[in-house]
Amino acid sequence: MNYCLELKNVCKFFGEVRALEDVNFRLGRNEVVGLLGDNGAGKSTLIKIITGYHQPTSGEIYFDGQPVEHLTVPKARQLGLETVYQERALAELQTLWRNIFLGRELSNSWGFLDVNKMKEETHRLMTRSMGFTSSAVSPESKVGKFSGGEKQGVAIVRALYFDAEIIVLDEPTMGLSLKETEKLLNFVRGIRAAGKSAIFIDHNIFHVYNVADRVVVIDRGRVAGEFQTKDISLDDLMAKMIKVAETGSLE
Amino acid sequence: MSSQVKPVTAEAYEPYKETFSLGKFARTYGSQLGIAGVFIALWIFFIVGEPRTFLSSQIYFAFMSTIPFFAIMALPLTMVVIAGEIDLSFPSIMAMGMITFMTMHGLTGSVGLAFLGALITGLFIGWLNGIIVVKFGIPSLVATIGTQFFWRGAVLVLGQGKSGSLVYTKASLVHPVLVGKLFGIVPMQMIWLIVIAAATWVLLNRHKFGAHIYLIGDNVNSAELMGINTGRTRILAFMLVGIVSAFAGVVASLHVTYFWPSLGDGQLLRTLASVFLGGTSVFGGVGTIFGTFIGAFIIGSIEAGTVAIGLTGFWTQLIYGFIIVLSVIMHTYVRRRME
Repeated sequence: MNYCLELKNVCKFFGEVRALEDVNFRLGRNEVVGLLGDNGAGKSTLIKIITGYHQPTSGEIYFDGQPVEHLTVPKARQLGLETVYQERALAELQTLWRNIFLGRELSNSWGFLDVNKMKEETHRLMTRSMGFTSSAVSPESKVGKFSGGEKQGVAIVRALYFDAEIIVLDEPTMGLSLKETEKLLNFVRGIRAAGKSAIFIDHNIFHVYNVADRVVVIDRGRVAGEFQTKDISLDDLMAKMIKVAETGSLE
Repeated sequence: MSSQVKPVTAEAYEPYKETFSLGKFARTYGSQLGIAGVFIALWIFFIVGEPRTFLSSQIYFAFMSTIPFFAIMALPLTMVVIAGEIDLSFPSIMAMGMITFMTMHGLTGSVGLAFLGALITGLFIGWLNGIIVVKFGIPSLVATIGTQFFWRGAVLVLGQGKSGSLVYTKASLVHPVLVGKLFGIVPMQMIWLIVIAAATWVLLNRHKFGAHIYLIGDNVNSAELMGINTGRTRILAFMLVGIVSAFAGVVASLHVTYFWPSLGDGQLLRTLASVFLGGTSVFGGVGTIFGTFIGAFIIGSIEAGTVAIGLTGFWTQLIYGFIIVLSVIMHTYVRRRME
């Protein structure tokens, strides 16, 4: 089976702290994988390695079966991976169009910006994908003014615009209202429907169980277990999670 | 009643049309309008207070001759502050550039090469500032206080504290190009100020570099997560301050055809004041070239204006302080209103 993303024996140490140890992780085509685990288990570190923000201390990363030597954020993007970060990675004092194109400004070969095109594209995304109909919001609006759900919308639309194959969502429901959360979960279902893959981290086991094909449990820097959601009931999954939190193993 | 059928065709949307409204204009450019207002108010105040001086062209040509010496440096400094850093070493860079200038001239006899040498020195010192801040993680405030002393010391040690005549530069083309008078009346340093202002405006507002400067100052974490090379951008910003400061040092020295080892002393606060007076936020992420440009002219004209309207020179600092505090309050108020 051809995986679109694979991590083999990945370790990440921050000095004395062993954030990740011997992690083997696979993401199949058109699959939504949920990443579950307690605070400090290593989920965010794993994500930051996948997205190229951190370099693994040891281990290998494969995109589409090809080994990738030195994965950086721009490289990960080139390989078709987009991320919606827990911290949203927005610049609050700046305008919407600057945030949508953060780090990927449309420019000519000399680096000069095509501001009009960026504003036009932002407007298009706003009306079509983000569903902003209010005239109070424009490409020039400062993002700091938006609600939690709107900011999340910006982060998601930004990831989608650049046509990713793999979308990573790190705690996307944090700070969202019920309605916004439902919108987000539908969005994740839509990713699968569109033939793409997603990695979805959330504390809330109900959210993850609802949208993921497979669940990977991380505990204390290691993969504690994996389950196909169709093979396990929500109650059993919850029981296993509690067991891991208490004893450190699934059995 | 049948349910609505959603059209299969792509949803139509209104193409983006930037509508102009006075309110929107005022909100977007509030800070810049504010400082322009302060400038105009001050100008009117001076004209009313002393019409003989301020309605004749002489004082304006004097301003055009002296203000550029520090205004030029305030422009790249604005970008450094927008990026969330600061540079206090630029007065020492002015002098250090001149040390290289005089050394190169001594070695090669060419004023042109000496000038180039000065610029490269500025670039190098700026790069070093950037490395200390980015690679060693020293806060730029502390780092550049240190380098300010270091390079001033280097100037004194290398130059043995001597001053020197630069009369020989008059023989070179470099002299009129840098400090001559266009059409016999417009000081070249003013032209250079306008050129550098235009170039920094384009860099900040129409280039990827400028976009990254704003993003880094706003939230360096977000910038990093989204793949911006924040280290490289900041080092480049320090290098720009370096090369422009060296340029300013040469211009200031050629203007008086003399090198003083204290070159730059006294420019620190004036230049910084211009940056903050112009609306640049000390927290980063906000600032404009226009604001700094106007700020420099406000700072540069207060001294002459105060004396011209009959107050003693003692009043100058009082008025500096008053205008600075007032303007910064205005900028903060405008920013809060925009939110």
